[in-house]
Amino acid sequence: MPLLNIRNLRKSYGGLEVVAGLDIAVARGECFGLLGPNGAGKTTTLRLALGLTAPDGGEIAMLGLPVPAEAREARMRIGVVPQMDNLDPDFSARENLLIYGRYFGLKDAEIAARIPALLEFAGLSHRADARIEALSGGMKRRLTLARALINDPDLIFLDEPTTGLDPQARHMMWQWLRRLLTQGKTIVLTTHFMEEAERLCDRVAIMDHGKIIATGSPHELIRNHIEPQVVEVYGEGMAGWMAAHSRAFCERVEKVGETVFCYTHDSKDLLPHLHDRSDLRYLNRPASLEDVFLKLTGRDLRD
Amino acid sequence: MMQFLRLPILNLRFIPVWQRNFLVWRKLAIPSILGNLADPAFYMLGLGYGLGGLLPEVGGVPYLTFLAAGTVCYSTMNSATFEVLYSGFSRMHVQKTWEAILNAPLTLDDVMLGELVWAISKSLLSGLAILAIVWALGLAGLGQTLWLIPLIILIGFCFAGMGLVMNALSPNYDFFMYYFTLVITPMVLLCGVFYPVDQLPAWLQAVSAWLPLTHAIELARPLVQGGMPQQIFAHILALLAYGGVGYYIALVLTRRRLLK
Repeated sequence: MPLLNIRNLRKSYGGLEVVAGLDIAVARGECFGLLGPNGAGKTTTLRLALGLTAPDGGEIAMLGLPVPAEAREARMRIGVVPQMDNLDPDFSARENLLIYGRYFGLKDAEIAARIPALLEFAGLSHRADARIEALSGGMKRRLTLARALINDPDLIFLDEPTTGLDPQARHMMWQWLRRLLTQGKTIVLTTHFMEEAERLCDRVAIMDHGKIIATGSPHELIRNHIEPQVVEVYGEGMAGWMAAHSRAFCERVEKVGETVFCYTHDSKDLLPHLHDRSDLRYLNRPASLEDVFLKLTGRDLRD
Repeated sequence: MMQFLRLPILNLRFIPVWQRNFLVWRKLAIPSILGNLADPAFYMLGLGYGLGGLLPEVGGVPYLTFLAAGTVCYSTMNSATFEVLYSGFSRMHVQKTWEAILNAPLTLDDVMLGELVWAISKSLLSGLAILAIVWALGLAGLGQTLWLIPLIILIGFCFAGMGLVMNALSPNYDFFMYYFTLVITPMVLLCGVFYPVDQLPAWLQAVSAWLPLTHAIELARPLVQGGMPQQIFAHILALLAYGGVGYYIALVLTRRRLLK
């Protein structure tokens, strides 16, 4: 039985269908990534799954319990890392964990026994009594993650867990999440960092306009939706080269700003050709999830 | 919309929300107590002695004693109002503390009940502090004024419930000025805190009769002066109604605001 099972979920705001017939099933122990541009409906989907807002249609079962009818009971076994940190600024790191544990009906002694391991996990043992404002962005994010673990949840929701973190802190966060997966936790995360999804997730779903438009493992999505090689071509001769030669070498061509993206199964004829052109620069790389994402959701800006 | 209209759920799950607020308060207890108490106490003592010296008896007692009953009530009102407006709004809107709590197995009804009971608790402290001054100055005996304690709780409930409506509607802190200017300040001046309501022209007395602080003072003043209030149940009912209807409206509006 899936730990999270969503069937034909719908939610509208003022005539706009933000979630438009969504199906998601997440198995125990899986890391599932919900990807989508801003406004795709990711955060609304999480709020619906947690029972924080009532759907207009469809069914949700979380840990086998119907949501929203028994959402409160289901949340006993859930951890949530929200998009914006909402740690309690009046308390120290340790107090934040204590206060949050009480919301789960845990006894103070029980919470106190869990706190050292959680602070250790978050790398905050030395900052246990620091006030929240004295912590860096990465530390706050880790403390938010530790807080989400206070009830030893089976399923953890993370809404854009690394947005706003520097690269070091982001890599640390990935390491922490992988450790949770090895402990057998199930993770559902939303992100628009494709690298994050590619590294962490067993399965991803790409969401746009309230619907899932593709789903599978990152490798499957790359294999099924896009040519395996990408050559990015830029430089002053780009426009002329694109008009004259790109068709001959590329199976699919896209121009974004000042760069031509050339998608192909085989770049071995193209590379020497480009090498001889002094007015062009180029980069050859394997196709990534980001290429799939951009192909499926388009390259228009979303606000 | 129907889901937002259901009656309040009262569950002991509110206790950890109350405990959270209590723990924050404990850290800032001394400035908080001073801020809550100094202001009404100085008003009462300054006006009571300063102005009272120029006056004959007011309502059959020294002016300071007259003022004491009003001060207990309006100090309680202010304390409950400030708590649900400014502090409550910080927790709901600015710090997103409520949002964090709602991700745990608590409901918005639990959070709102926690805030309501917390505001009552805090205003109880404010009311009791003025009462302590009344006792210390020997303005009233302990016996009859003990009834003021449940009355202070009722006043706290009334104004916390009403204030939560403003919290639910507010886009920002500035919005609360309307409530203070249009509701709280008129009440302080029209409900008999500083002078008997019957000094007012008839049309203002008619307005006064509808205001909850009037009902609170109608109960408190005889108790401080050693008498028996008139129409006890009507006044209690008025305070319960303002608080209860206010709390219900606040809950509906807050559900619509946060759970849509």
